Amino acid sequence: MTKTNILIVGVGGQGTLLASVLLGNLALDKDYDVKLSEVHGMAQRGGSVVTHVKISEDGVNSPLIEEGDADVIIAFEELEAYRWLPYLKKGGTMYVNTQQWLPMPVVMGQAKYPENIMETLEKNAAKVKAFDALKIAEECGSVKAVNVVLLGAASNDLPFDEDAWIKVIEENVKPKFVDLNKKAFELGRNA
Amino acid sequence: MEKKIMLGNEAFARGAYEAGVKVVSSYPGTPSTEVTENAAKYDGIHVEWAPNEKVGVEVAIGASVGGVRSLSCMKHVGLNVAADPFFTAAYTGVTGGAVILVADDNGCHSSQNEQDSRYYGRSAGVPVLEPSNAQECKDYLKLAYDISEKYDTVVLLRSNTRISHSRGIVTLGEKIEKERIPYVKNFQKYVAMPAMAKKLHIAQEKRLAQIAADASEMEYDGIKLNKVEMNDPSIGIITSGICYQYVKEALPNASVLKMGLINPLPLDMIKDFAGKVEKLYMIEEGDPFFEEQVKAAGIELAGGKDMFTIQGEYSANMIRKAFGLEIAETVSIDDAPGRPPLLCAGCPHRGLFHVLSKQKKTVLGDIGCYTLASLPPTEAMDTCLCMGGSISMAHGFEMATESSDHVAVLGDSTFFHSGITGLINMNYNGAKGTVIILDNRITGMTGHQQNPASGKNAKGEEAPAIDIATLVRACGVKNVVEVDPFDIPEVDRIVKEETAREELSVIITKRPCALIVKQPDIPYIVTDKCKNCKMCMKIGCPAIEEKDGRPYIVPDRCVGCGLCATVCPFDAIEAEDGKGGEVND
Repeated sequence: MTKTNILIVGVGGQGTLLASVLLGNLALDKDYDVKLSEVHGMAQRGGSVVTHVKISEDGVNSPLIEEGDADVIIAFEELEAYRWLPYLKKGGTMYVNTQQWLPMPVVMGQAKYPENIMETLEKNAAKVKAFDALKIAEECGSVKAVNVVLLGAASNDLPFDEDAWIKVIEENVKPKFVDLNKKAFELGRNA
Repeated sequence: MEKKIMLGNEAFARGAYEAGVKVVSSYPGTPSTEVTENAAKYDGIHVEWAPNEKVGVEVAIGASVGGVRSLSCMKHVGLNVAADPFFTAAYTGVTGGAVILVADDNGCHSSQNEQDSRYYGRSAGVPVLEPSNAQECKDYLKLAYDISEKYDTVVLLRSNTRISHSRGIVTLGEKIEKERIPYVKNFQKYVAMPAMAKKLHIAQEKRLAQIAADASEMEYDGIKLNKVEMNDPSIGIITSGICYQYVKEALPNASVLKMGLINPLPLDMIKDFAGKVEKLYMIEEGDPFFEEQVKAAGIELAGGKDMFTIQGEYSANMIRKAFGLEIAETVSIDDAPGRPPLLCAGCPHRGLFHVLSKQKKTVLGDIGCYTLASLPPTEAMDTCLCMGGSISMAHGFEMATESSDHVAVLGDSTFFHSGITGLINMNYNGAKGTVIILDNRITGMTGHQQNPASGKNAKGEEAPAIDIATLVRACGVKNVVEVDPFDIPEVDRIVKEETAREELSVIITKRPCALIVKQPDIPYIVTDKCKNCKMCMKIGCPAIEEKDGRPYIVPDRCVGCGLCATVCPFDAIEAEDGKGGEVND
């Protein structure tokens, strides 16, 4: 690995921040350089949110991933996967939670939720792994674990071994939720 | 030394700890809030939320006069509020080091404007530092105190959203133990009345000139604030802060002059650098702050704001494009509907705005989560100008329209911040209007900070809670009503009554923020009684969507607040268990 760029996208409140904290600490443990950029404040209230994660052996300058430069996009929702698709590198992989969360302009009939999302993703990404991460999270005992389920799936494409993932979950998740999240990670990894 | 992943704002807080700061007083404001929140986690620092930024800066200056290192943090617009003490503290100087941290919001992620705070530093005549990553956030905050004490000046530390809200690796350092400098009365220095102020102004100019003379060589703890990285001499870039990172990524071979001290500018260094490169460019987000000064010094630029915008954030690709470099080809997506932020499911404000929307009231609004009520479907806000502005604007609007059939709406924290002065003005000057204070017992938008009515302080300890109704009555208001914003018939009646009354009134809506108390979490469902009138969809709840042409409540998003059931004219919405639950306060 020289560098890996990961974009985490979703709807404010879906738990994208924990995902980035786990990735950041994985990189730190391996002595890689890492920068993350996230959204706080107004944009978090149910708006479209994005976290940039840039990991490199040779140092990271800008904390922002540019269009066409994400190796992996982890999308918590289908429309957000579609919105951020231009950031995916040629040959990149997309992990998508197959959940549709209608934005208010769609609910109010002022805009249309795109119909051809999966086709467009398939056409433009080298690999798309789309699955119901929310259902798996529910099976684990909390819908909030959807972030770790998705990370589990994406872990197959990221330069960290399983033990490192388990360690970082143990160190960064509240003790009473560690088992739940470890299970979420395993089920996601094997999804 | 231990290394940690830190948010820029966490690193600032660590810097304050390592610098031996004793007092931090701030008002929350994105993107600056987490500095103070994280400082509160360290023992040995007095950390407090002040009711506004002016108070925060005054507390910090008082602590400096008292002989300790102090800090006040705010967002860019907060510095407008604090400008009064800031400008004169720039004259008086300090005893213990004093640093004002201001975080700009290039790109307007969470603000009403994207004003450029660098001008404040220049206008007030204080040194300004600007870090470019999390490590520098910590290092610069620490060395800002050395500069403050060495030159006897307040220091402005400038951040922005991308610096404050990016995480990076930070090497931790040791805490410096600072003894308090004993207080010695010195009214010539600290009483800024005309005779003294004239002399203080001369002293201030002198020290700024000294800092300018030292700027090119300024170095603390082995950190050189301004530095030249000579590479290919055909392109030379002058830059600072986050733009430095974009430049390094887009133009890795260019020669770069990176400024960490951005006021006063290291003009000797810039002149020298200009002589060593073929073409010199200025890359700075925001206004042409550097560019105008450099041009005024007679230094020629091959490019600056003629190549780059004043608005928004920059990026490595923006720089690549400006220099004619290739960027990755990508698919273009132009039909993705926007996803504007919304009031949360269970938000107590939703009940009030539903009523204001139904009554088609003109609403003079304010700054907080509730500003979101201006968006569809409620569209129940007409203006939002600045903190506390709703009340004073409603008063002006009343005199212009010769009617008081409109309302001012603002949150509890915003009322304490600067709404209360507007209310005193309304009472004093015979206003007949109606002010609605949304008491949700927390400062919500910035991520739940305590305030003077919440009963806790910045450290989470018990604190006296001001009763808003008592305070409002003490301002002379005779008509004060408290109501639960989810009691829709009552809110409806009260708003009608109070706006019709030919006297000043204050309505206080009382219900805690949905994110700070346990919600019932028993989801509501739409039953067969639904006549598809879509009234429930007009409240703008993120849990209500449309499925097969009818309203549908998404169970895992519904928190069970029951507001949709209250507004349903056909009793067609009920709790899944037939009973529903109460908020567990």
